[in-house]
Amino acid sequence: MSDLISPLGTLAATAADIAAARLSVIAPATQLSFRGREAAIGPAGAGFGVDLPRQACRFARSGARLAAWLGPDEWLLIAEDADPAALQADLQAALAGLPHALVDVSARALGIAVEGPRAAYVLNQGCPLDLDEAAFPVGMATRTVFAKAEIVLMRETPERFRVEVWRSFAPYAWGLLEEARREFA
Amino acid sequence: MLIITCPWCGERPEIEFVYGGEAHIARPADPSALTDQQWADFLYNRTNPKGRHAERWRHTHGCGRFFNAVRDTVSDFFVATYKPGDARPDVEGDVQ
Amino acid sequence: MTGSFRTPSGGRIDRTAALAFRFDGATYHGFAGDTLASALLANGVHLVGRSFKYHRPRGILSAGSDEPNALVEVRRDDARITPNLRATQVELYEGLEAASQNRWPSLARDAGAVNDLFAPFLPAGFYYKTFMWPAGAWKRFYEPKIRAMAGLGKAPTLPDPDRYTQHYAHCDVLVIGAGPAGIASALAASAGGARVILVDEQAEPGGSLLAATDAAIDTKPATQWLADALAELTAAGVVIMPRTTAFGYFPHNMIALCERVTEHLAAPDRALPRERLWQIRAKQVVIAAGALERPLVFPENDRPGVMLAESARTYLTRYGVRPGERAVIFTAADSGYRAALDLAAGGVAIAAIADLRAAPEGEWPARALAAGIDVRPSTVVAGTAGRLRVKAARLAKVKHGAVGPAEVVACDAVLMSGGFTPSVHLFSQSRGKLAWDETLGAYLPARSVERERSAGACRGRYGLTAALADGYHAGEEAAAEALKDSARPAGRRATASRAFGVVARDTGTDGFIGAVPHGRNPAFAKAFVDWQNDVTAKDIALATREGFRSIEHVKRYTTTGMATDQGKTSNMNALGIVAEQLGESVPKIGLTTFRPPYTPTTFGIFAGAARGDLFDPVRVTPIHGWAEARGAAFEPVSLWKRAHYFPEKGDGGRLEDMHAAVARECRAVRSGVGIFDASTLGKIEVVGADAAEFMNRMYTNPWSKLEPGRLRYGVMLRENGFVMDDGVVGRLAPDRFHVTTTTGGAARVLAHMEDYLQTEWPDLDVWLTSTTEQWAVIAVQGPKSREVLAPLVEGIDLSKGALPNMSVREGRIAGVPTRLFRLSFAGELGFEVNVPAAQGRAVWEAIFKAGEPFGIAPYGTETMHVLRAEKGYIIVGQETDGTAAPDDVGLGWAIGKAKKDFVGKRSLSRAAFFMPDRKQLVGLLTRDPAVVLEEGAQLVAAPNAALPVPMLGHVTSSYASATLGRSIALAMVKGGRARIGQTLYVPMPSGPIAVELVDPVFYDAEGARLDV
Repeated sequence: MSDLISPLGTLAATAADIAAARLSVIAPATQLSFRGREAAIGPAGAGFGVDLPRQACRFARSGARLAAWLGPDEWLLIAEDADPAALQADLQAALAGLPHALVDVSARALGIAVEGPRAAYVLNQGCPLDLDEAAFPVGMATRTVFAKAEIVLMRETPERFRVEVWRSFAPYAWGLLEEARREFA
Repeated sequence: MLIITCPWCGERPEIEFVYGGEAHIARPADPSALTDQQWADFLYNRTNPKGRHAERWRHTHGCGRFFNAVRDTVSDFFVATYKPGDARPDVEGDVQ
Repeated sequence: MTGSFRTPSGGRIDRTAALAFRFDGATYHGFAGDTLASALLANGVHLVGRSFKYHRPRGILSAGSDEPNALVEVRRDDARITPNLRATQVELYEGLEAASQNRWPSLARDAGAVNDLFAPFLPAGFYYKTFMWPAGAWKRFYEPKIRAMAGLGKAPTLPDPDRYTQHYAHCDVLVIGAGPAGIASALAASAGGARVILVDEQAEPGGSLLAATDAAIDTKPATQWLADALAELTAAGVVIMPRTTAFGYFPHNMIALCERVTEHLAAPDRALPRERLWQIRAKQVVIAAGALERPLVFPENDRPGVMLAESARTYLTRYGVRPGERAVIFTAADSGYRAALDLAAGGVAIAAIADLRAAPEGEWPARALAAGIDVRPSTVVAGTAGRLRVKAARLAKVKHGAVGPAEVVACDAVLMSGGFTPSVHLFSQSRGKLAWDETLGAYLPARSVERERSAGACRGRYGLTAALADGYHAGEEAAAEALKDSARPAGRRATASRAFGVVARDTGTDGFIGAVPHGRNPAFAKAFVDWQNDVTAKDIALATREGFRSIEHVKRYTTTGMATDQGKTSNMNALGIVAEQLGESVPKIGLTTFRPPYTPTTFGIFAGAARGDLFDPVRVTPIHGWAEARGAAFEPVSLWKRAHYFPEKGDGGRLEDMHAAVARECRAVRSGVGIFDASTLGKIEVVGADAAEFMNRMYTNPWSKLEPGRLRYGVMLRENGFVMDDGVVGRLAPDRFHVTTTTGGAARVLAHMEDYLQTEWPDLDVWLTSTTEQWAVIAVQGPKSREVLAPLVEGIDLSKGALPNMSVREGRIAGVPTRLFRLSFAGELGFEVNVPAAQGRAVWEAIFKAGEPFGIAPYGTETMHVLRAEKGYIIVGQETDGTAAPDDVGLGWAIGKAKKDFVGKRSLSRAAFFMPDRKQLVGLLTRDPAVVLEEGAQLVAAPNAALPVPMLGHVTSSYASATLGRSIALAMVKGGRARIGQTLYVPMPSGPIAVELVDPVFYDAEGARLDV
């Protein structure tokens, strides 16, 4: 991926392979912000193909689609198999007449995977949350902070986290992650 | 750094939150009906108590929601947090 | 070669690993496991520094972090020079290079020692009293001179090359201090199923167990029990962190730790951080910080060779070092006897034990007598002799408060013990309340505020038996409390409480607080209370005589307890002296506040990774790389880095300056076409059935009748009526608005909207989403902009009729979906092309290529500013300053008069907004068109008026306008609109500049250029 598309292109291409905490860029995908009243939540899940999680700070995944609870009326929908316009059209059809908002945010953030036995240790150099598995289990998703950047943090496996960070903050977050894992190089 | 219990997300560090001033001060339904003094009271005058204070917080770097909290301004401990629209809870005793 | 004062065997040093080190240029040898202090003592070196104020020779007083004297500089290379390290905490490594401080030309012959001769004239408050005259001399003369003479170490002048990291961590129970109480706590908490972290400031966990040579626990020697306990904790998953100081206790159980990672290594791995800052959030904290031995305050108690008795015992038992050949013990507690007996067994002759107590009783005095030691009750050390090392002690009997004649006893060490002071620093930092314990003569933790408990000696439970039992109990309680609401399985929680079988001899609880009687002329007897700040008993007595009653005032006046040791050795004795002077009891005097850090902490850990490129996020747009390659100059705008201007090579290959570049860029936009990266504009998508209603309430403008496909310039006020932000808003559909904000205002505006939406109008069906980073925004401006874009655009008719000024259409450009805005902040035919950020660079390049035949010029923020100023368009934050109402800046037209309410409306009817002298936006033309005013300059009515001159306003924006061939400026002037046509003056150092007030729109006032 070149820097023409992603500000992480060069950083990712030149990153060292450190098994304790690997960094990689997650391929861009369609991302929609879904907001809505109670009546719209069920139909949104049906239209998206993944029931929107009702438990706070959790994500659900089915195939190429992921729905993450970010707030009591806010979900981040990620689809690796549809372009924004098509997905929006599908959902609008399912949500016709129901109070909701859908906004395309596909280009807003970049995804970084942090993976390895020391992934939590590396993330805890900027993220103040308790990343012990008991406190932040697999399937958890939440907005939080990583040093001076806001991120969405998801735990995909015990040793793999997905960090979504706004595009212009991404080189900063990446740089800090590199700094944080330097002792394992 | 304080720990704040978001009514939706649970206990989270203060760094994720933004303070929002005193709670339960509703914007007047018809501001034009107010005298200058009444409007100034709404805009500027706050109770600033020593002790239990109902105040607004927003979990900005979390679920994004505003909520209310009762905090003891002497001890800096929270007595309760609750969703907007809920009445201020009547909590007795010391809370740590 | 490793020191003549080393015992033949014993201690925890590795005698197979000899290490060479240098101190003040001389080479010495020590062993692995030594501290710099123990290694120096092993070589008979006691003189290690000069005192702060009097430059008196000073030796090693203690064996731990309470050390006030032995402050040294450790140097690894030119950039790695660390001053003010306590030699008692510096671990020895091969090649260590250390130096003493605060002396010149050498430690033994220090010129500053002349201060000591003048000491009678340097009492407390000397500086305040003396350097008051003449006025101004303090700043110019006295302060620089005093600062040059005082101070401790020197900071390195090169940037710190080391790395520091910062970590967040969580646990159920944090145990601070790995002495017997702390280890017992950790055992209990871990057995209770808790996640436990155990930290200790020393290199080796164990605390007093490391020097417990004669104790046994559970039938094992104490040191063996320690090793087993640590292995048990490690196996149970307890995180044990040595070399880690808990230096601050912050609200809601956040404890700050400094972990020293590489400082003790001869050749540190540079991939490792030098130190880590840990911010630990603990459900429960057990403070097991132990107790500090208290010095006795007697004359000349600061000579090298005078040492705390328990520290001397530590040097012997832990490091195999004798503190001297022949020692006098001066004690008010049994611990002095224990030290005497251990040292005697280690080969140190004990000249005498001077016991301040009249009738010392119990096993310890008996044992000393049995060992043939000269025990003298009711005896003080009334002074010492020796220049760079103590040579003798003057022992005198005290009878009914009177001090008898002194007997001079030769010795090379005086070891003192005034009893112990519980280390309540962290407890006190946690805002816990202390209470005076009359029996122990100590302040003890009484009431907790945070979720913590103290255990062992730091709450007055002295002795091994008590410490272990108290620690275990605290650990059990802490784990139970931490886990009471936890869903976690109980684990081994059911384990029965554990009792420890201890065989040890405790040393009681006696002690002394204050200054001991000495019977000498008080004006010339220097009995030190605070070694580090050179505060004597006489200074404190003087402060009380001069009327200082509050201990906080005495502290500041005398500086006792204010040094980097935070009063560890001095606080209690200072209190005792004040109490005696005032005829009050110690608890009546009160206690000074303990503040973090517990021990000095590097700036490095507070900076962490936040330095250089990672100090702050540097936000750049998708088009940044293009601008960089083009040679743009950049300027910071909030966290963004924006292209400021694009200098080109002119005649002769010289790069244009900003003035030339901006003039060329402005001409290109006015006469041809320019391209500008506006991606940093804040963007918010407002969506929902009630979107228009919400916009009506948030902005001054009316929105209900704005048709989809149209744009409107919106003004947002705070509830107090002042302008908060502005921006162009597009209506994409009946229920969808694309709102733009200022670059710096994006987050603030969204938060402001969310506040009203969530807390005042939760019934509105509308939602807000930040789309700032979703869209790259490419402004294409100038009369030729339509011709440039037309061939690239699909599905949008760019003609005047189909897309008039202030319109928006969705379609595609260069194959990419776009929201194409027709608008201009330059007052020309112009467009703002919104495309998804990932495609921003590609679309920019396509437009630029299409524009090349038209001479398209990239321009930066400076040109953007000049062009908008020519049109009289304000910038929020430049023309406005948080006290400007819309009408003040000429935006009265943007207020929806028919609207019943919007945020800020009620405030606009306040009387203050109708005052005739409100500052209003005007244009300024200098009489000399070549003169460009300074932004921020003041405006006055008369050029040479008498002082004070009334200020009528100030210049907010000022530029050289290439378009107009002259300078222009905007200003906020009192009653400005009524003054148009008048001449005012800008007073400058070079003389007043005459300016004419004009309408703020300098160019195309009728807007013809937009209407094409």
